[in-house]
Amino acid sequence: MKKLLFAVAALVVLALMGWGFYQAIYVAPTEATMGDVQRIFYYHVPNAMLSYLFFVINFVASLFFLVWRRGHPGRAQAADAWALAGAEVGVVYCSVVLITGPLWGRPVWGIWWTWDARLTTTLVLWLIYVSYLLTRRFASGAQMQTLAAVLSVFGAIDMPINYLANRLWRTQHPAPVFGGGPDSGIKDPHMLAAFGWNVLAWAMWGLLVLGIRVYVERRQQAIDTVAALEALAGD
Amino acid sequence: MESAQNSISWTGLVWSHLRKDLQIEWRSREAINSMLFFALLVVVLFSMAFDPTADTSREIAGGVLCVATLFASVSSLNQAWAREIRHQVLDALRMTPSDGAALFLAKVLANFLYVSIVQFVLGPIFFIFYNLHPLGNAWLLLLVIPFGTWALVANGTFFAALSIRSRNRELLLPLILFPIFLPALLAMVLSVKTILTGDNSDPNLLWIKLLGGYDIIFTTVSLILFDTILEAE
Repeated sequence: MKKLLFAVAALVVLALMGWGFYQAIYVAPTEATMGDVQRIFYYHVPNAMLSYLFFVINFVASLFFLVWRRGHPGRAQAADAWALAGAEVGVVYCSVVLITGPLWGRPVWGIWWTWDARLTTTLVLWLIYVSYLLTRRFASGAQMQTLAAVLSVFGAIDMPINYLANRLWRTQHPAPVFGGGPDSGIKDPHMLAAFGWNVLAWAMWGLLVLGIRVYVERRQQAIDTVAALEALAGD
Repeated sequence: MESAQNSISWTGLVWSHLRKDLQIEWRSREAINSMLFFALLVVVLFSMAFDPTADTSREIAGGVLCVATLFASVSSLNQAWAREIRHQVLDALRMTPSDGAALFLAKVLANFLYVSIVQFVLGPIFFIFYNLHPLGNAWLLLLVIPFGTWALVANGTFFAALSIRSRNRELLLPLILFPIFLPALLAMVLSVKTILTGDNSDPNLLWIKLLGGYDIIFTTVSLILFDTILEAE
């Protein structure tokens, strides 16, 4: 039953990704000044938006872990699995942002990378969550989960700075397309549709991977608990 | 006697932790001596690696000073907590009724003092080695450097306490601290550069304000979360 559900979900996600690709590459009109390079926008921006979503999942789950870790150990373990999955998927999405950005920057700006506020804070965000994942490798058990949850709070502080970077400072990175002022937003309906489909497709893909990752981590926790109990019984 | 101990104030707790740390440091001088020599080595290494002229040295000096302080303090921040792990002092501290925030603040103050002393001694040497004379408002350095040092020491003390609980304790601290300290480092380097070159690129002192905001936010969060770190089992 679970396998069937997973197969159906995977097929839906694949179809959505294909449809999103078709919309972005063939349907959406070519942008006037930048040409075809602009189509990378349909991948870059949805991934950036969704990386926030997964980092927020990580942050909220970490808060729940900190609240529940004394009174409700079972629930706290579930929260920890969500926090781990959120950080992992978030790092993948943030990596896509950091890769697609320079691919667009090279033809449009003439340089791969510049140290403006938006690019720098995005890189910092990525580094912080990579260090979060490293921390989880360097320690073990409930102690590691608490330390990681605390680190997640510090990562979350960087998120608003990153979001506001091209709103507060004059950056080389383009001004926000959405929520940036009265003139922002996509005017062409085909472009908006291509963008919307890609947000949906990548969101579904990310949530599917997140769900699988939580499931695997919960299984791992169950195995670890049994192993720990057996070790205790053996003494 | 009993009631006198119960009524000890929060600042009194901070003071007694701080006095203990300062006394140990006064007798051993471990942290300050090792930091001083380490930072001196970094300054010498950088000046040999880049061989700067007077103009370029003004551009890079702020960065070299910040990075030298950063590396030097990472080496001693680990020791600040490792000392408490030996003979189970940290466990004893956890059993006292005082809260962790007082212990944390005292450690930050002690380390802030050590790093400031190191910078005070190193500063003149630094100006000689790099042939510096600031073209901007030199007195602003008295604001920027303590702000940046506080950001480094407050975060460093917090994450040293966090990483001391892990398996590879010495390795983990820089891996966590550097990404989180990056915004403060950027603000510190850019404001020092503006002061040394006098290029007037930051007339509203935006970077110094940013550094102050960073200090307030991160110190507050650290004070709130320190008990969680201390009690992590």
